[in-house]
Amino acid sequence: MNESVYRKPEDLVLRLRGITKRFGDLVANDAIDLDLARGEILALLGENGAGKTTLMNILFGHYVADAGEAHVADATGALAPLRGGSPHASLLSGIGMVHQHFALAENLSALDNIALGTDSLFRPWQQRRGARRKLAALMERSGLQVDLDATVATLSVGERQRIEILKALYRDARILILDEPTAVLTPQESERLFGTLRRLARDGLSVVFISHKLAEVMTISDRVMVLRGGRVVADVATAGTDGPRLAEIMVGRPIPPTVRQSMEPGEAVLELAEAHVPGEHNRPALTEANLTVRRHEIVGIAGVSGNGQAALSNLICGLASHDRGRFELFGRAAAVGSPAQMIAAGVGRIPEDRLHDGIVGAMTVWENLLLEDYTRPAFVRARFLRRGAARANARRIIEAFDVRCPGPEAPTRLLSGGNIQKLILGRVLNRQPDLILANQPTRGLDIGAVTYVHRRLLEARGAGAGIVLISEDLDELLTLSDRIAVLYRGRLSPAVATEDVTIRRLGLMMAGHDAEGSAADAA
Amino acid sequence: MRLEPRSGVPVHLTVLAPACAVVLALALTAIPLLWADVPVVRAYGLIFEGALGSQFALTETLARATPLIFTGLAAAVAFRARLWNIGGEGQLYVGALTAVAIGSGAIVAPPAVMIPMILLLGALAGALLMLIPTVLKLRLGVDEVVTTLLLNFVVLLFVSMMIEGPMKDPMGMGWPQTAPVVDAAALPKLIARTRVHTGLILALAAAVAVWVLVNRTAWGFEMRAVGANPAAARFAGIPVARVMIRVGLISGALAGLAGVGEVAGLKGYLTLDLSPGFGYSGIVVAMLAQLNALAVVISALFVAVVFVGADFMSRSIGVSSYLANLIVATSLLTMLAASLATRYRLRWR
Amino acid sequence: MSEIVDILLSVSLWAAALRIASPLILGTLGELICERAGVLNLGIEGIMTAGAMAGWMAVYQGADLWTGVAVAAAIGMILGFVHGVFTVPLGLSQHVTGLGLTLLATSLSYFTYRMILPDVPSPPRIEAFQPLPIPILSDLPIVGPAVFEQTALTYFALIAVAVVAYVLYKTPLGLAVRSVGENPAAAEAQGIDVYAVRIGAVMVGSGLMAVGGAFLTMSAFNAFFFEMVAGRGWICIALVVFSSWRPGKALLGAFLFGAFDAFQVRLQQVVGGDIPYQIFLMLPYLLSILALIVMSRRAAYPKALMIPYRKGER
Repeated sequence: MNESVYRKPEDLVLRLRGITKRFGDLVANDAIDLDLARGEILALLGENGAGKTTLMNILFGHYVADAGEAHVADATGALAPLRGGSPHASLLSGIGMVHQHFALAENLSALDNIALGTDSLFRPWQQRRGARRKLAALMERSGLQVDLDATVATLSVGERQRIEILKALYRDARILILDEPTAVLTPQESERLFGTLRRLARDGLSVVFISHKLAEVMTISDRVMVLRGGRVVADVATAGTDGPRLAEIMVGRPIPPTVRQSMEPGEAVLELAEAHVPGEHNRPALTEANLTVRRHEIVGIAGVSGNGQAALSNLICGLASHDRGRFELFGRAAAVGSPAQMIAAGVGRIPEDRLHDGIVGAMTVWENLLLEDYTRPAFVRARFLRRGAARANARRIIEAFDVRCPGPEAPTRLLSGGNIQKLILGRVLNRQPDLILANQPTRGLDIGAVTYVHRRLLEARGAGAGIVLISEDLDELLTLSDRIAVLYRGRLSPAVATEDVTIRRLGLMMAGHDAEGSAADAA
Repeated sequence: MRLEPRSGVPVHLTVLAPACAVVLALALTAIPLLWADVPVVRAYGLIFEGALGSQFALTETLARATPLIFTGLAAAVAFRARLWNIGGEGQLYVGALTAVAIGSGAIVAPPAVMIPMILLLGALAGALLMLIPTVLKLRLGVDEVVTTLLLNFVVLLFVSMMIEGPMKDPMGMGWPQTAPVVDAAALPKLIARTRVHTGLILALAAAVAVWVLVNRTAWGFEMRAVGANPAAARFAGIPVARVMIRVGLISGALAGLAGVGEVAGLKGYLTLDLSPGFGYSGIVVAMLAQLNALAVVISALFVAVVFVGADFMSRSIGVSSYLANLIVATSLLTMLAASLATRYRLRWR
Repeated sequence: MSEIVDILLSVSLWAAALRIASPLILGTLGELICERAGVLNLGIEGIMTAGAMAGWMAVYQGADLWTGVAVAAAIGMILGFVHGVFTVPLGLSQHVTGLGLTLLATSLSYFTYRMILPDVPSPPRIEAFQPLPIPILSDLPIVGPAVFEQTALTYFALIAVAVVAYVLYKTPLGLAVRSVGENPAAAEAQGIDVYAVRIGAVMVGSGLMAVGGAFLTMSAFNAFFFEMVAGRGWICIALVVFSSWRPGKALLGAFLFGAFDAFQVRLQQVVGGDIPYQIFLMLPYLLSILALIVMSRRAAYPKALMIPYRKGER
């Protein structure tokens, strides 16, 4: 469905024609055409892996397109060809980008990060006074306030995102690209961001908003372009369509909704009572945490990243110890601070960062599947690895968990994100754990992999496991969890039954208001 | 034009890469030779002749390769776990010092006791020396590159102190050297009237043992995981600190054995110039072998050929024998560059 | 005890301290620049050796002293360029590249020296930098003779500290260098050419290191001895950690080290005798290890140090 919206050429700030990009055999972008008008907010919608970020990375100069051409309006409004392959050239052409993972040097100040690259490297002094004046005016006009002299490491996620936007505005961006900007915000913060964007768009800024979340797209955008498998499959005015229709186009096939059958929870597998995990700078990372997880139940942990998720996850994974309170597994005190003992106790752990913590990329698939099991007698005899048994085990798991790979001997770094996650899932579920910790288990995965992971987690729940699901994706939490608790500044709210909770209420709790909705402190 | 990661390393490349690296190194080293008006082909020919041109030359090469195999293994084991042990030189010397301290008459026993004892204690000395930087790294986050390097200097000064002091050979006519190792502790010669000794057999056995350890045992599995991704290893429950200490001890022990071999098999007594940089050359040996324990034997032979041959060439045509160091150092860099070819493919778009 | 006080109060101690510190100041500054840009340069020992040999040889062959310094710096920059190419665009191991470069630069220096000057009993000498008293300032009590009667290269080192500090903290170039060492992706997203800045920083740093080496043969002594760098390069690496990657603290650290070294030499002469001289010679190395231990706990590493940056890997 390609409804080209008629647009006058003089209103165009961006014109892409036939943009194509290949990575080996994978065609990430396939002959994409895109028009963007002044003051327009365009949503680039598609599931993970559809090619949205690749397209914008080409526009911003991180990648070079294999084919196609791009034209950007200069200061007078005339379209001029864009020199590809250089962020510097894109910046000069008026394109700014807020990356999904903020491109900020943490040990430098906000002003340093904004001013970086704006002065010629041959100039023997910095133009700080002028910069401050310009930024003061920008902060006034856009409503984005930030302490310019604060070190980025001390700033919250919301503040960092404001710096990213100011960076682009400071360089007189006429086109602002935002890559999944709400992934790290509370619903309320997202609302504020949308307000800012609308204000900037009214002033003449054009916005490209990358997202895979339908609700946001419907809220903020004037127009929606849907990518699927690297191709444009729809280009419509937002007013003329709706969520369900876009969902269908986005995925291209009917996805049966994940259904969670209600179950009677069994005995407690995890018990946290007033648990306290120390953090950095004498600030506790987790305070007075109370949590009970039973068999046959999934407890979701909502919250913006940085509010204690790492501490909770590390505690259950065995990477951190609590210094106060109780932490019990299956009714007995847990042996803390030892991942090996957690594994032996029957805890299955799916880490947040699969590449960093989950797999050893340089080792083969069968070796990675052996990573947590290499001390078991089935795989080791008199200190020698039983390679045959390990390989056979790997083949079984690859089969059972649909891990697409050239074979057990393949180096794991070659696998796609979704298959790596399935490998980790297979490694964990193969041991039939009684407690599973799943930390952002579907981050960055395409819809097929997401559905698969959800199905497997529900199956494990059905088989008797208790699951702690930490996720930034509220939809995922609402779909999978029986009960939901919210982490805010290291404090865990009481877990509430999913039926009794709304996104709005969760959003408020994620921002620090308590379960009753009264403000504990300002967000 | 792009570099694209390879999915696997084709076997022919694992042999072709170091071979090309060596050829390239020889070609690059020809440049300073040409500048010095040295006949390049003749010089290289003399190196070849001096190392392989006669039976005696061959035995010299084998004798020279023995400590290089040990220090090469030491570096390979450590580097595989990303423990940068640059202290092979110092560990070699403490191994030698220990062998001499015990083997020059302090203890009297038959060879069946003496030889294993000096091997064991020499290895232990090297292991303990490496323990210090390893623990500093694990407990305090101190980079082991600098500590192992600085300790080399400290150890050499300590050895100098011992040689000029308490361990000075009373019958050495004042030369700074220790008393010789007694016959019972000396490693027997492999071939009569040559300098090749049983240390070579030990070195070869060590190479096989290390290969089996790294590739076939649970310990080796842990070492490889920790070296490739310490965070994932820790997450999976592998005791990273314990593994690193194991690696440090094994690495130091191997370097210590190099010293024992030199002192009890080759030279007989300890002087300050026992090692012309074997510890550092061991790093080159390990890199050329791409950290593979069996390949270390081959690359150690190559480095031995270069050094032994260069000595001969130097005496024949008066070219500084530092040419050997130059060739070996260049080989390290060319091998590093060649390793790119094993990991990436060039795509002409 | 009184002998120790005597040593501490003597002007010659502090003059010697600054003299001994000078190559360390330059080496530490050079390594600091490299590491601020995110590149660990283990070639420092070899680069200092090469600078020492090249600078001296240039003067021996007839050039004037400052040309010799320029030659040393140029050699350093070339070696730095090799290091940069291996570690930045090719992304090869910074550890192995640096060690290889040290081995290469050292062996090349020795080989070249031996080929030009065959072995002789006493090594040939040149006319080195002479002490250059600064008028008025050198008349100040204690500080005058200690600080302002040094050679030109020492003044160069002191000025270099100020220049490097200014550039690093007060210019756009310095900000670019620091950002490339903290988060190269952030720098690239702001239009900075990460590869160029990193390679440039390594070249400049290596040039300074080489001049530090040249100090040994052209100011401290006037001949080239094998093994004369004696691990100063590695000590500089320890000093960089000690200095928390700040030029001012690098100067302080190098100076304290020089003071300690000058002190132990004099102490040896006074106390000496019973204690083997090797113990005294060991002290600088042990002190460096100690400095590392003390500082490592609080080390505020440039975040992207030793992490190769691959362009376009997102």
